[in-house]
Amino acid sequence: MLDWLGEFWTDYGIFVLALIASNVLIGFMLINAIFSVWMERKVAGRIQDRLGPTRVGGKFGWLQTLADGMKLLVKEDTIPAAADQFLFRVGPYIALVGSFLAFIVLPFGDGVVAREMNIAIFFMLAVMSSEVFGIILIGYGSGSKWSLFGGMREAAQMVSYEIPMAMCVLVPVIVAGSMNLGDIARSQSGLWNWLVFHDPFTFCAFWTYFTCAMASCKRAPFDLAEAESELVAGFHTEYSGFRWLVIFMAEYGSMFAVSGIACIMFLGGWSTGLPWELTELFGGLGVVGLVIGNVINVVVFLVKGWVLVFVMMWVRWTLPRLRIDQVMMLCLKYLIPISCVLMAGVSLWNLWLPALVQSIVGYLIFGVSAAGAGFFVYRVVTWVSLKPGSAMPGMWRMTTLPGYQGAAKL
Amino acid sequence: MELHAFMFWLIALLTGLCALATVITQNIVRSATWLLFTLAGTSGIFFLLGADFVGAIQLLIYVGGTMVLVVFGVMLTAQGPFINMKTSGAEWAISIVAGILLFAVLLFGTWGRFSASTSTPEDPKDSHHAVTIGQVLTGVPYGPFDSPTQVRAHYLLPFEIVSVHLLVVLIGAAYLARAKRRGEEPK
Repeated sequence: MLDWLGEFWTDYGIFVLALIASNVLIGFMLINAIFSVWMERKVAGRIQDRLGPTRVGGKFGWLQTLADGMKLLVKEDTIPAAADQFLFRVGPYIALVGSFLAFIVLPFGDGVVAREMNIAIFFMLAVMSSEVFGIILIGYGSGSKWSLFGGMREAAQMVSYEIPMAMCVLVPVIVAGSMNLGDIARSQSGLWNWLVFHDPFTFCAFWTYFTCAMASCKRAPFDLAEAESELVAGFHTEYSGFRWLVIFMAEYGSMFAVSGIACIMFLGGWSTGLPWELTELFGGLGVVGLVIGNVINVVVFLVKGWVLVFVMMWVRWTLPRLRIDQVMMLCLKYLIPISCVLMAGVSLWNLWLPALVQSIVGYLIFGVSAAGAGFFVYRVVTWVSLKPGSAMPGMWRMTTLPGYQGAAKL
Repeated sequence: MELHAFMFWLIALLTGLCALATVITQNIVRSATWLLFTLAGTSGIFFLLGADFVGAIQLLIYVGGTMVLVVFGVMLTAQGPFINMKTSGAEWAISIVAGILLFAVLLFGTWGRFSASTSTPEDPKDSHHAVTIGQVLTGVPYGPFDSPTQVRAHYLLPFEIVSVHLLVVLIGAAYLARAKRRGEEPK
């Protein structure tokens, strides 16, 4: 990419490059938020046996979020009289910056990254912890007791969950021997080489990491900071309009960021599951091949990331919310010891066990997981849905009413 | 002006302004917020100089630290909704003298010791600072190998001492903060 920009590559030309990169990333965060909010509403609807948005934008209501965004942009931006004006204004942007900075070092494909860094994963964890600071300022600056409660809960939760999350991230770092996200992803070409199948400890570390990641994104069942039933809306009770939009852009951004980390650390990054790198495979075609390879890589990565985001939503709309003491207990009594054991275990595994045993166990885990996933898909496909019984006559006869199109079409 | 020098002066200026605001602001949480900006600016300078690991450490530790400061500031000091700190003239005078003395010591310690280097920092992609730091901390000797009898520096012992120290502090904090059960009154 730098070759054709070489003419403009003066000392200050780097500013232009930085501007392009950051604009692309901000654009991605916006599109991600729009898509994720729509997906959230659709998933919530389907899980709760309703339809979700159906009208805006024709089929599936796929423009619903855009309409919501328009509404939020023109909404009145209220600031409560009791609020600390400066903190109230600056809080959402600190949260957004924390979320955005994580994307700088997150590779979307082989070399498709704004800034390749030797310690990328460490940098991501460091900047994502600053997002919480924005949330706490939001909670405190609102001058409302509900917001303050939400902010304080968030502080306690985040300070605790950062520890097992970082330790779970260290497990694949130990296996791969690098903190460079690009190198880690490149070391896992081929489905059976994904680090989640490497040994029992990385397999457990993936699930532990994902639990901690859900907690760090304030997702249900860990969304005590914005528990609607007790705190109105938690830390963002007093927000409306654009600032509220910014808060949610940050939240959905960091949801994708932690899912992206999970993809790269455990699920092969942009790897399709085939044992060769696409940019090299199509490299013979020259620039066109490079572009094709990169586009496929990026699409694969995005799909993987959004699948994990979907799992987060699935969990959110399935499980009930924990109490705050249960949330803290889960972290301090279970997740931290588990992650310590995983870290020690993976070190000993790689040091002591002969390579043959390691690879046999690895293939075994891969085989069992693949069989389990296959069985799950088989059951989903061959699932026979319940027929309406005779318990409530009249209940199912709506379809015979004139003018009723039926739910299935929407 | 060269790009690196320009960026350095820009970040340094912003950091300095935020540091001033930290001192001047009377609201304790606002002051902590300005402190956060100051520390983030410092880490920005580290990133600019190519010391990614130190910069990320700075962010991780000090953002967390400032966050705890805010939480304690809110929990322990706030009587009204937003507490303000009044600073008397004498306190201003003492702190200005102390600040000037500290600045003089730092200036004396660093002036002329480091020549202005014209080399640009290495690309973060190829930087191996983090690896070196990690190796030195875990006991791999660092530096040129001249003769077999020479003792090369490594920092395993200080690292372990600091770790144990932190562990002691953690246990102590947990002991102090733990809830006293009924029937466990000190005799």
